[in-house]
Amino acid sequence: MAKHTLIAYVEDVPGVLNRIASLFRRRNFNIDSLTVGRTEQPGVSRLTVVVDATEAGARIVEANLYKLVNVLRVDDLTHKPSLFRELGLVKVKVTNQTRAEVLQLTDVFRARVVDVDEATLVIEVTGTPEKIGKFEMVLRPYGIVEIVRTGAVAMARGHELLSAAPPLVRTTADDHHPDHAGVSMSV
Amino acid sequence: MKLTGAEIIWECLQKEGVNVVFGYPGGAILPTYDAMTKYPKIHHVLVRHEQGATHMADGYARASGKVGVAIATSGPGATNMVTGIATAMMDSSPIVCITGQVGSKAIGTDAFQETDVTGVTLPITKHNYLVTKPGDIARAIREAFYIASSGRPGPVLIDITKDAQQMTTEFDWAAAAPRLPGYRPSYHAPASEFARAAELINSAKRPLIFVGQGVVKSGTTAEVLKLAKTAGIPITTTLLGIGAIPASSEFNLGMMGMHGESWVNEAIQQADLLIALGMRFDDRVTGNLKTYALNAKKIHVDIDPTEINKNVPVDVALIGDLREVLSLIQPQVKKAEHKEWWADINARRGDSAVRDIQNLPDSGHLYAAHVINDIWRLTQKRDTIVVTDVGQHQMWEAQYFRHEKPRSLITSGGLGTMGFALPAAIGAKFACPDKDVWVVVGDGGFQMTSCELATAEQEGIKVNVAIINNAFLGMVRQWQEFFYDKRYAATPMTGPNFVKLAEAYRLTGFLCDKRSDVKATVEKTLAAKGTVVIDFVVEKEDTVFPMVPAGADLDKMIRRPKQDVMLESGSDKDWEMPSPALPNVFAEAKAEAKALNGRGKVAQKPAKAPARKVTKTSRR
Repeated sequence: MAKHTLIAYVEDVPGVLNRIASLFRRRNFNIDSLTVGRTEQPGVSRLTVVVDATEAGARIVEANLYKLVNVLRVDDLTHKPSLFRELGLVKVKVTNQTRAEVLQLTDVFRARVVDVDEATLVIEVTGTPEKIGKFEMVLRPYGIVEIVRTGAVAMARGHELLSAAPPLVRTTADDHHPDHAGVSMSV
Repeated sequence: MKLTGAEIIWECLQKEGVNVVFGYPGGAILPTYDAMTKYPKIHHVLVRHEQGATHMADGYARASGKVGVAIATSGPGATNMVTGIATAMMDSSPIVCITGQVGSKAIGTDAFQETDVTGVTLPITKHNYLVTKPGDIARAIREAFYIASSGRPGPVLIDITKDAQQMTTEFDWAAAAPRLPGYRPSYHAPASEFARAAELINSAKRPLIFVGQGVVKSGTTAEVLKLAKTAGIPITTTLLGIGAIPASSEFNLGMMGMHGESWVNEAIQQADLLIALGMRFDDRVTGNLKTYALNAKKIHVDIDPTEINKNVPVDVALIGDLREVLSLIQPQVKKAEHKEWWADINARRGDSAVRDIQNLPDSGHLYAAHVINDIWRLTQKRDTIVVTDVGQHQMWEAQYFRHEKPRSLITSGGLGTMGFALPAAIGAKFACPDKDVWVVVGDGGFQMTSCELATAEQEGIKVNVAIINNAFLGMVRQWQEFFYDKRYAATPMTGPNFVKLAEAYRLTGFLCDKRSDVKATVEKTLAAKGTVVIDFVVEKEDTVFPMVPAGADLDKMIRRPKQDVMLESGSDKDWEMPSPALPNVFAEAKAEAKALNGRGKVAQKPAKAPARKVTKTSRR
C-alpha cells in the first residue's frame, strides 16, 4: 500500500462531487484527501485525490473515475516528477516566554504569522503534507488550539503533457501485486 | 415547434424508437400521462407495482437488445423502482427510467411524495439526471438512451420536475444531441496486447474459453465458436452467458461456478489458459480467489476497463468491443486440437453423469430437475424464452434446460432478485410476441410479484408460469441444511392455492404433482390461449448439486451422492467434500455415450432405504 495522487478533470455540474465521493465509498477505496477547485477552463473543475492503495488498486480507482460520465480525464502523478502542496493554518498558544521560540520555528518552516493576539498566534504554512505534519508536531508542545489543512493539490513538473484517456491497465506481466488489498468477497 | 415538457418526453421516446413503455401514474408524473393520449403509437403497459415496471423494461431489453423504458411518479413510485434498477445495473441491462419529481420550487422542502431520487439511485445507475427545465428534457433523454445502450449497457434514470413537464418550450431534436465529452464507451487495446494474447493462445496446452453475457450483448456467438474451432478450445459459460453458445455445441462444456458442472470447475483449476470473454469473474464463478485457477494465464476481454484486475489479476487485458477484439485476434490464432486436454475433460464428464439426477432410478417423487428437463424436451422444437428468478429453480433451469439461442434465458444473475421472473417475462413477451415465454419461478419469488398476473391479464398476453413449489425458500433451506445444521429458520413457507389464484385473476391454473402428469400439463398449457399458472408440487427438500460453498475452492464441490440422497434416511451428512479424482466408472464407451446425452438410465440397483421423512415444520 502506498499513497497515490490522481488528478481528475470533471465537468462542473451539480452532483459531480457527490458522484465521486459515492464512488469511493461504494468501492471501498480509502481517500486520504480530496480537493476541488476551478481550472483555467470554464466549466471544468480539477480534483486532486490522494488514495492509499496498491499499484493495482490505484489502476482500479483510475478506471472507475474514468467510468463516471462527468469525468473528463484522469492523470496519475504518483510516478511522475510533480509538485505537491498543501496549506495549513495553525492556531497555537503562546506566552511571553514562548512567543519568540514559536516565531523562530515559524521562520525555520518558512511559514508566516497571519494573526496575533495576547494568547495565540495563527500561522500559515504551505508545503508538502509531510512538512505540515512535521510543523504540527513541533508546535504541539506549546498547545495547538486549532488546526485546518486544505488537503494536497498537485501538478506535474515540466512542459510535457500527461497522457490522457484511455486509462492504463496493468497486467500481472508488468506489475506484481501480491497483496491484492481492496478486494473483498461476499458470500 | 413549441411543446410542453411532457410532450417533449413522448416526442423523444418516439424518436428513440420506443413503442412500449411500462409505468404507473401518480401526482408528479401526471402531466406526462396527460400528454400520453396524444401519442397513441407508444403502447403503455399499466403495471401493478413500479418494481414490476423496471423488471419489465429489463426483460424487454434483454429479450430484444433494445432499450426498455419504465415510468413512475415521484417519492414512493420512484423508490419502488430501486430493486429493478439495481438488478439492471448488476446485469448490464439497458433501461431508461423516467420519474416525476415535485415542482422545482418545492425541491428540498420535504414536499408531499418528495424523495431525492437522483441521490437514492446514484450508486445503482450508470448515470442519472435531475431535470428542472423543459428545455433540458430532450437532451437528457437523448443522452440517457445513448448512455444506456452504448459501451457496457446499464440503467439511466431521468428525474423530471412537475413544472418542467408543464412548461412550454421550443423543441429542437437536432440541437439536443448528446454532448458527453467525458463519456468513453469504446476503447481499443494496443496491437502489442493482441500479439501477446495470440502468443498465449498458441502456446497453451490446456486452454478454456469463458463466455459471459458480453457475448450475448455483442452477438458474437459465431465468432466465439470460430475461435474455439480453430484452436480446439473447450467453452464454458457463466449463468448469464447461457444460450450464447448452443448447449448442443460439441465445444460447450456447460456452466461454471458455484452450481456449475463439476468437470468444468475441475477443468478451470487445471487449465493453463483462461480466455474470458465478456464476463467479470464474479465470486459465484471463482469461489476462493486465493486458489482460483492458479495454473492458468488469463486473457480478459471486456468493454469495461473497471472489470480488469478487479477480482482476478490477468496477464493480458483486451479492453474493447468483443466483435472487434475477436476479429483482430482470430487471424493470429493457429490451428490446434488439444486432444489430451479434451480426453481429460471427457473422462471427468463421465464420472459426473453417474451422479446426475436424470440417471438416478425413478423414485416416484416429482423432482424440479425432471420438471424443467421435461419442459425443455416438450418445447425444444418451439422458439422459447425462459425467465427465471433466483434460487434453486434458477440453478436447475440452468442445468437442465438446454438453451440453444442467445437471449433465450433471462435471469437475475448479479443481484439475484426474487420476484424478477414474472414481470421480466411480461416485458420479454412484449419484445418477442411470437415466441413462447416461460416463467420458471419458485413459490417464494413468485409471491413477491404475483400481482403482475393482473397486468398479463389486462394486456391479454400469454406467459406460461411454472411454479417450482417446494413449500420452502429452497436455496436458503439448502444453505441451512449444509451450513447451519438443518435449522430451518423461516424457510418453510406456505402459499395460496396457486390454481385458484390464477383463476381469481381470470387466468388458467393447473396443478401437477406427478411426473407422469408433466407432459399432459405442459401440452395443455401450450394449447391454452392466455396466461397459465402451473403449480408443480415438487420434492420439498431437494438439493442443487454440485455446489461450491461460498468462499471455498472451486474444485472442492459438494457432489450429489452416488446413491440418491432423497431416498435415504438420516444420511444427509453423506455428501462428500472434497471429492478426490474418481476413476472413470464407465468401462464401456457405449454406456458412457448413453449417460452423456442425459437420458439413458444407468444400470444401478434402486436404493432400498425408505423415503426420507418430511419435516414437521413443512405444512401443506
